[in-house]
Amino acid sequence: MTATLESAPTRERRRITLRPGGWFVWAAVIFFLLVVAGVVFAVLVDSFATNWFGGWLPAGWTTHWYGATWHEFALADVLLVTLEVAAAVVVISLLIGVPAAYALARRTFWGKRAVLVVFLLPILIPPFTYGVPLATVLYKFHLAGTLAGVILANLVPAVPFVILVMTPFIEQIDPKIESAARMCGAGTGPLFLRVLGPLLIPGMLASAVLILVRTVGMFELTFLTAGPDSQTLVVALYYSVSAAGIRAQQEVDAMAVIYTGSMLALLIIALRFVNPTQLVTRVGD
Amino acid sequence: MVSAAAPTLLRHRLAERGLDRTLLLLLPAVVFVVALFVYPFLYGLQLSFQPQPGSQVVQRYGTGPFADYRAFFSDPYLRNTIWTTLKISLPATLINVLASVPIAYRMRGRFRGRRTITTILVVPITLGTVLTAEGLIAFMGPTGWLNKLLLTAGLVDQPVRLTHNYWGVLFSLVITGFPVAFLLTLSYLTGIDPSLEQAAATLGAGWWQRFRHITLPLLAPGLAITFCLNFVLSFSVFPSAIMVGDPAGSTRVISIAAFHAAFEQYDYAMAAAIAMIMGAVELAVIGVVLGWRSRLYRGSTGGKG
Repeated sequence: MTATLESAPTRERRRITLRPGGWFVWAAVIFFLLVVAGVVFAVLVDSFATNWFGGWLPAGWTTHWYGATWHEFALADVLLVTLEVAAAVVVISLLIGVPAAYALARRTFWGKRAVLVVFLLPILIPPFTYGVPLATVLYKFHLAGTLAGVILANLVPAVPFVILVMTPFIEQIDPKIESAARMCGAGTGPLFLRVLGPLLIPGMLASAVLILVRTVGMFELTFLTAGPDSQTLVVALYYSVSAAGIRAQQEVDAMAVIYTGSMLALLIIALRFVNPTQLVTRVGD
Repeated sequence: MVSAAAPTLLRHRLAERGLDRTLLLLLPAVVFVVALFVYPFLYGLQLSFQPQPGSQVVQRYGTGPFADYRAFFSDPYLRNTIWTTLKISLPATLINVLASVPIAYRMRGRFRGRRTITTILVVPITLGTVLTAEGLIAFMGPTGWLNKLLLTAGLVDQPVRLTHNYWGVLFSLVITGFPVAFLLTLSYLTGIDPSLEQAAATLGAGWWQRFRHITLPLLAPGLAITFCLNFVLSFSVFPSAIMVGDPAGSTRVISIAAFHAAFEQYDYAMAAAIAMIMGAVELAVIGVVLGWRSRLYRGSTGGKG
């Protein structure tokens, strides 16, 4: 359809649908955003405050708390651990998940539904339900409290997530391309590396970024399996809040701002690669 | 000759049923899920039937296989965590899903700044549960900006209590859950062919008729999925229930009970039993929703998912 043909009915439709409830919807959106802004700015302002008791704004401003929280909570180590866990989870989950997604997208076989259900369960069951037994098992094998244990626990929802995102992505790639490559004499290795690989990169990038955001933000599983040396940022933040009686509130808030800042940076990078409206369906925008 | 042909023949016959070497690619993922999900789950299940010697449960309920479950259901402090969790997670999920429908409906057309507004609505995903809880205490607490505003405007005489109770947890679940629900709903909505609605409009259908009889039926399967994914998040609420909630009373959710049993009483059998009950209740709700979804139309023009 050409642009002129399409835009005319769209404008017509919007004029009709804007009347009922239109204002109500915008009011709800604005209210939600105001609350979110209030939540974010309350933390942000407090993290720069010398002290803030009861007034509209704090008594004075300082950046002291950022240095204090950086040293006291050893945030450089915590950030390094977070980075290591996130990178390992992304790489391993792609290595395991993409081949599985390929097999699921290209073959129908007996028991496929059962396999799909098993892959779906880690996403449909709350992390706490399998996190508690998983932590017990990891303690049995002396893996809990180590970096490896945290990575293994975070992989449990990540691998099914990759499979879930990649299967429809691979399904939309024409199998004739593979047949053509085979006809030209490509073996399985070159087929994957030189034909399918480049075609799959957008989907792999999208799932990698989504997993990165999920892993950095995953509280429950890391909380249940991490030891003192293997805390990620979100868990360290939780513990700092629990110990807030000893620490200045502003230090905790400074840490929360650092956490949100890094998450925001990740999300902005993610949105450059992933169109948020096309997470589940791939219809032209 | 026969012996050389037989393996080929078997391979061909298996390939006809879809079993060939490609399936080996599935092997690492299956091994992984079995080792790190199925095995721990089954381990937890059998652990929940073996009460820990010397624990309070054994002293009171004996060493029978169901002692931990009996302990859970006969102690109101534990049993009520199920209702507490459902009372928080079901309304939060419903609010998220129901609010995301009209807002996503607004956002799906093309207009200036659509991408910006979508991005701003998605940003709360980055806040995480811990910062949300922190911010809610600072913003909605007794001396926070919200109460100041309400007091200054003369709407209330004394500060409204919105943190360290049920409402704090509900707010935190809406703030962290709504962006996810909105993203998914928007994604499903943009997958519905707009020409269907345009066709209905040419036949004289008003906006409500078009929404009720065309968009909603096509969107419903996607909404069911959105509900399930959001419910999983809300049901396992833990950090915010402790931080902005009232973890000993009105927001003592089931995950707090499981955590308490595992890491404060070190009764892993009881913790496993609570985790299994938690999973069973959650899967029951999801099962009802997915069962309802399987009766809906899921064709090509939009019923994706």
